[in-house]
Amino acid sequence: MNRLRTLCLAPAALLLLALFAAPMAILAVYTLLTRGVYGGVAQPFTFENWLRLFDPLYLGILARSFSVAAAATALCLVLGFPLALFISRAGPRKHLYLALVMLPFWTSLLVRTYAWMFLLRDTGLINTSLLALGLIRQPLPLLYNWWAVLLGLVYGYLPFMVLPLYSTLERLDPALSEAAADLGARPFETLRRVVIPLAAPGMRAGVLLVFIPCLGAYLTPDLLGGGKTILIGTLVQNQFTNARDWPFGAALSMGLMAIVLVLLWLQVRRQGQSLL
Amino acid sequence: MDPLLQLISLSKHYPGHVALADLTLDVRPGEFFSLLGPSGCGKTTTLRLVAGFDKPTAGDVRLRGHSLNGLAPYQRNVSTVFQSYALFPHLTVRQNIEFGLRYRPAADGPALVRQCLDMLELGAKQDRQPHQLSGGEKQRVALARSLVLQPDLLLLDEPLSALDPNLRKQVRGELRALQRRVGITFLFITHDKEEALSLSDRVALLHRGRLEQLGSPHDLYLKPDTRFAASFLGPVNWIDGFGLRPEATRLSSVPLPDLRSLPATVASSTFLGNCFHVEARTANGHQVVAEVSRLNGAFQPGQPVHVCWAPADEMHLPPA
Repeated sequence: MNRLRTLCLAPAALLLLALFAAPMAILAVYTLLTRGVYGGVAQPFTFENWLRLFDPLYLGILARSFSVAAAATALCLVLGFPLALFISRAGPRKHLYLALVMLPFWTSLLVRTYAWMFLLRDTGLINTSLLALGLIRQPLPLLYNWWAVLLGLVYGYLPFMVLPLYSTLERLDPALSEAAADLGARPFETLRRVVIPLAAPGMRAGVLLVFIPCLGAYLTPDLLGGGKTILIGTLVQNQFTNARDWPFGAALSMGLMAIVLVLLWLQVRRQGQSLL
Repeated sequence: MDPLLQLISLSKHYPGHVALADLTLDVRPGEFFSLLGPSGCGKTTTLRLVAGFDKPTAGDVRLRGHSLNGLAPYQRNVSTVFQSYALFPHLTVRQNIEFGLRYRPAADGPALVRQCLDMLELGAKQDRQPHQLSGGEKQRVALARSLVLQPDLLLLDEPLSALDPNLRKQVRGELRALQRRVGITFLFITHDKEEALSLSDRVALLHRGRLEQLGSPHDLYLKPDTRFAASFLGPVNWIDGFGLRPEATRLSSVPLPDLRSLPATVASSTFLGNCFHVEARTANGHQVVAEVSRLNGAFQPGQPVHVCWAPADEMHLPPA
């Protein structure tokens, strides 16, 4: 029995060790080294990279990343909750609606983000339509700003909010809502006092599933923000390419990961059990 | 006395299925009224129409003479004890009981809560969460949560079915006593004939979405209108076109005076502790079961006997 367990675990464990744990260890060592002249790393060991994280310039970028991720998460929650509630009560059609929620996953995020660029740019569908209708004279600056980044993030991560919310709402006994109505609560009160409190675990899971990837998002801010709004993902990428400062890039990555782990730990501790 | 609840030609149709057809009945104030029937007979449908969870296809529900048609559950002064109890799992016992008082405020709300906690012996458990309670306690919280609102009518959807059999009989007695004490009209849904017979002032027997018979437990058991009613309320021996309850069927080695009798042979005898169930086959080919007191001695298979009964115990019913 034990041997079978070892055999079953071994492939995944080896894969994780080689492709996740080892690179992470390398990255951790890099954070303590000095940048090489042409990229790469060199001696001597130093804490300089970690200290640089507290430079107001980078703290500002971190704060901006946080606010973008928080805004995207809040929007996803506000949009996703009614949707998940609707799907959970859609009867036999709910499987169709769930499939529609997951449909975007059939295409890569890169392609979908490009599609948004085609929609939003000055000569994109939205601006040309509005121009043709005579509603505007100049193309609206829809692309390459904070709002475009937010739109892209909400669009990309909404399903990660809807799915855990749906799974908690779907398991909710319909008799509980009926009981609330029976005791005199109007629909909004039933939502506020019964449905939302009981959906809290799904909300926490959805918030983490959206917030964490949004915090480190690179693709969406880079393409839809046009490099104007530097977020932490872009900053990390820059360190490994243009800036050729691998140790600092490594420190940024590790710092971000530490923040994410603390958030996860708080969540697990609060829930006292599994994440989902 | 004016009826408290009137169901008037109440019907509920689903595509390809009639759940309830043309049900008309009155429930009197202060009554313990049961809707009895097998699963799918329309009893739960009726409860849901009275509570307002579903809308009738036709007909009317009236409470104190006022139509409830078009009123949402939260606008009806009726309350439901759910089969699963449907306690709010994130609230304590006390918070569950206080839930409805926010929407139907009573001047003496806190006093009512205390009274309900005392009456249902929940005082010591008021800070517990529902998952920390036993089945019987959950049921009492569900009752308290509804009773604290002092509804005109309390709907109970098989409230005893989730309890284990030993507890069920005890709670049954408590429920009847509680109803007498609070004086609230109970509309009790059950598939258990014993519950309906022992608890109710009157019983409506439903079958395939229709009212089969309405009457006192006594009438339903002893004077059933139909063969279905007779069989649903207890075992029946069918002899020459009439029915006879096993406890009204006697066995004797000689024909008894003033009783009708048929010669028969004992087929088997089953000891049940307080009595025997003796199966006999009459000379004209009917299989009958007699409930025989232990004191009347044992009957052996193959023994010739006379099946005897009083004419008054014959239940003459048209075949279905």
